[in-house]
Amino acid sequence: MTYQGLDSSVPVPVNVAPGAAILRRGAVRAGAALRRYGLLAGFLAAWQIGATGGWINPTVFPPLDAILAALLQGLSGGALIDDIAISLQRSGLAFAAAVAIGIPLGLFMGQIRAVEQALDPILQFFRQTSALALYPVFILLLGLGEASKVFVIFWATLFPILLATIGGVKEVDRKLIEMAATFGAGRATIFRRVVLPASVPSIFVGLRLSATTALLLLIAAEMIGANKGLGFQVMNAQYNFQIPQMFAAILLLALLGLTANAALVALQRRLCRWAELSSR
Amino acid sequence: MSVVEHSRRGEVTVRDLSKSFALNGQRLDVLRDLQLEVRGGEALAIVGPSGCGKTTLLRVLAGLEQPDRGEILIDGHPVQGVGTERAIIFQEPRLLPWLTVLGNVAFGLTVRGLPADRAEARARHYIRLVGLAAFEKAYPRQLSGGMAQRVGIARALTVQPGILLLDEPLGALDAMTKLTMQEELARIWREEKVTMILVTHDLEEAIFLADRVLMLPNERGSQPRLIDIRLPRPRDRSEPDFVAMRRRLMAEFGLH
Repeated sequence: MTYQGLDSSVPVPVNVAPGAAILRRGAVRAGAALRRYGLLAGFLAAWQIGATGGWINPTVFPPLDAILAALLQGLSGGALIDDIAISLQRSGLAFAAAVAIGIPLGLFMGQIRAVEQALDPILQFFRQTSALALYPVFILLLGLGEASKVFVIFWATLFPILLATIGGVKEVDRKLIEMAATFGAGRATIFRRVVLPASVPSIFVGLRLSATTALLLLIAAEMIGANKGLGFQVMNAQYNFQIPQMFAAILLLALLGLTANAALVALQRRLCRWAELSSR
Repeated sequence: MSVVEHSRRGEVTVRDLSKSFALNGQRLDVLRDLQLEVRGGEALAIVGPSGCGKTTLLRVLAGLEQPDRGEILIDGHPVQGVGTERAIIFQEPRLLPWLTVLGNVAFGLTVRGLPADRAEARARHYIRLVGLAAFEKAYPRQLSGGMAQRVGIARALTVQPGILLLDEPLGALDAMTKLTMQEELARIWREEKVTMILVTHDLEEAIFLADRVLMLPNERGSQPRLIDIRLPRPRDRSEPDFVAMRRRLMAEFGLH
């Protein structure tokens, strides 16, 4: 027995032609892709076949090619582009405001116990009050225009960011703070060098939650008293019984959500490379 | 690179030190009127049963806890709180997971406002000293327990303290790593010529590393005792004198 075979994770090169190796690697990747996306592909295929074969009602679930055609037509005609732009503007503005207020406020509140204790009950109360239930109040205050739409999205997105940031700051390992203090670090230095970096993963949990919430509230806000936007398009297409157009707008919303999440995940990977590394 | 040591003596004097905690409404005297003189460059081990106050004593020396009465003098000057002449090595390495080994070791200096390049130059010296030169760019999650503890040791040495305070630094390591690290500590202490005050519950470790052992008693009535370890260095655990010393210390604790 030899000990060379211990490291079995490294494939032992046994006279394989380079072409075959590439093929095998390709097969491994294809297998991984199948495991990950197989079910989704099967679902879409079942939809397409079911709709064209008449097993499901094609007026409610039009075949995928009709939806894609409606999507392309809307995009090339420029009609959907305007909707995308206004929807992105509303949710983007609200999300940016929630980030700009939520993170600094959360960092502050997490640091100072008295402030956190005083504000926590009112925060919990606001958080449990559905933003959608408050939407009529915001409309009364801000009118039916852009301000109330952006504000209701901002309101709903603020809390996940704020609470995640407070949680992150409060859960920083006291032992690390003590360690920094033994090297003579003052409050500000400890905040900058220990508390802030330690809170980043938790802040990202809040950001991703908020991004999802932003899109959710966007649709709801656009379904009430809007005449533009993807949410409006979903409702409008349904009123006019343009079912492929309706699904095209829904599909765009899903893609928007996926893109936002992917962007945040990529940013998180960049900022928290240390947390991703496996311990080997 | 300026790693030449400035004049440091690292003498520690403890005068009439008392510290008590409130436990379930009762006052618990952990340390009572403790007197202690530690010479510059000496290695002192503090041993005792759990609850005897050895960690409390170290934390007071570190400036992390305030004594109820008494004072600590370093090189003749009374000290309050933490100070740059002392560095602490904790039982857990307490590394910042988002910094590399280099970043962690340089941390103590960058916190004090030294420019990053100078801090890193000095950090590299101590990373080499603890034998981790190949792991400079590794993150703490990629290190084993022993390696992480070496990083903690290098971080403490990088600020070039006169006094190194160690709170059961090898207590969480496995037996094999522990033996290697004890030899590392003996070597580092010899090379760096620092005063080393080490809290441990391992009598063999105390004999291996220390010039003197301070035994803190469990019962509040009895007095702390200081025992000289007059064994030649480098020390050999299997030597008869070493074994006899261990037997004697164990007898002090009523273990034989």
